[in-house]
Amino acid sequence: MMTVQAATVKSRSWKRRLPLHLMLVPGIVLLIMFHYIPMAGIVIAFQNFIPAKGFFDSKWVGWENFELMLQMPGIGQVLWNTIYIAFLKIIFGQIAPIAAALLLNEVRKSFIKRSVQTLIYLPHFLSWVILGGILIDILSPSHGLLNEVLGWFGMKPLFFLGNDKLFPYVLVVTDVWKEFGFGTIVYLAALTSINPTLYEAAVMDGAGRWKQTVHVTLPGMLPIIVLLATLGLGGVLNAGFDQVFNLYNPLVYRTGDILDTFVYRLGLIDAQYAVATAVGLFKSVVSLIFVGASYWLAYRLAGYRIF
Amino acid sequence: MDIHISLGRKIFLVCNNIVLIALAVVCLLPLINILAISFSSSSAATAGAVKLWPVDFTLSSYKYALSKPEFLQSLLVSIERVVLGTFISLAVVIISAYPLSKERTEFPMRTFYVWFFFVTILFSGGLIPTYMVIRNYHMLDTIWALVLPGAVAVFNIVLLLNFFRGTPKEIQEAALVDGCTHWKLLWKIMVPISMPALATILLFTCVGQWNSWFDGLIYMNSPTNYPLQTYLQTLVVSTELFTAAGNLTAEDMKALAEVSDRTTKASQIFLAALPVLVLYPFLQKYFMKGIVLGSVKG
Repeated sequence: MMTVQAATVKSRSWKRRLPLHLMLVPGIVLLIMFHYIPMAGIVIAFQNFIPAKGFFDSKWVGWENFELMLQMPGIGQVLWNTIYIAFLKIIFGQIAPIAAALLLNEVRKSFIKRSVQTLIYLPHFLSWVILGGILIDILSPSHGLLNEVLGWFGMKPLFFLGNDKLFPYVLVVTDVWKEFGFGTIVYLAALTSINPTLYEAAVMDGAGRWKQTVHVTLPGMLPIIVLLATLGLGGVLNAGFDQVFNLYNPLVYRTGDILDTFVYRLGLIDAQYAVATAVGLFKSVVSLIFVGASYWLAYRLAGYRIF
Repeated sequence: MDIHISLGRKIFLVCNNIVLIALAVVCLLPLINILAISFSSSSAATAGAVKLWPVDFTLSSYKYALSKPEFLQSLLVSIERVVLGTFISLAVVIISAYPLSKERTEFPMRTFYVWFFFVTILFSGGLIPTYMVIRNYHMLDTIWALVLPGAVAVFNIVLLLNFFRGTPKEIQEAALVDGCTHWKLLWKIMVPISMPALATILLFTCVGQWNSWFDGLIYMNSPTNYPLQTYLQTLVVSTELFTAAGNLTAEDMKALAEVSDRTTKASQIFLAALPVLVLYPFLQKYFMKGIVLGSVKG
């Protein structure tokens, strides 16, 4: 009697859960098709891959492609560019929105506050193709707007996108310019969640606006700053393919080429599938370690869990 | 509160407003510049006389852009991918987020599924294997190569499942006890009460589809299948600087900077940005809520 009942309950709950499994089918099929099967395609990094033969008949070569990768001239430079550019972006990409959020928080006129917000979010929603087109024009050495302005101060025109010393910083500045406004959203939300009584207490203790910012506001924002900084570390090999691809040119390959653009040119332009996949795999593995570590750190430092 | 405002504070507030307005202007200026160029005559634009206001106002560059078959063709491809891509992606995100939002007691397989989805964020096959696989599916030169690979947007699923979990449990339980199916519960109750989160995801999916260009560049062999952003990419970005490889003389540099069809490019850039510019102020209040929900969730 009992067992029959237990069995029906069990079968009922199985029946009740069946729709939940079914709902996941489309997502799982798509992920297998477009994410898990490509992961299996990584085998070509260990093969002397010939497209006509496919990866079942191409010859296995072990680590040869990775050795080739290490011997490539300039690969060290590419790796360095990637880390350097990404690292600068992480630092300034944090500072700028924090500063903007603090300044916005001081504005009392809601009209100004809202208009400024609306405008600084704007670049985030435009693609790097559009911004690339605009920036190439604005940064042009002969009649670009920026060089025009620099001319007022008696400066000679700079070839921003053709000068390999300037180029990495152009990347950092334009990236910060595109994303800082959007980054303020989270910090502004963090600001509103700070307990107002802390400010009252600080005022009672004779703290001015500046002291309140240093002793109440910043500590109040610290958890979210730590969280976003740690999560940002996971992207230290992602220096921004879209941006670099749309702004760089052979003149600045030396300092502007990053792993992703390198893989693109090596793989899809030069058709060096196997070596390009090896470089890509190297990047994926290192990224996996960094992203894993950053999630772990975010959990330890800020109690963050993604789900 | 601010009855006694000190002089220092007043000065700070004025400076602060000026700095912030300057920042906002810096974000807007490049767009105004490109807009001014697009409305100027080509001779004025080539001479570099256009700053923030059109010189010799004319609509000819827009007429030219809109009469170009390549432009209209790619516009159609873009519209198709936005509609199809947003619909498919949103549907998959909604039906995936619902089961994944269940507690482990109610849906024991949940943990396994969550990891199955999450792993794809951590690790990927990379550019070349993904390209090969899509080629093997014979999806090159079809709209499916633009729409399907990114349809399962795991970050959006996470955002939505966290939102689902934040809704009152009692509603779901009551509905299920009353004999409501999961399917009905999802569409009749969960989706309607999740509108703020769904509006955010809708906005990001639309903008993402509209702005994508790289997949078009690698998966479309024939330029007639390019979406608008890919077409723009090949038109605006790659041509001038890339052809000038090697040693640049002063003359080359001048030629590089003075593109003859500067105004046409400007008008096409602006047209490609226009839908986003028009839409986003209206959706701003939604995405602000949604972002905060997604990233600083309690």
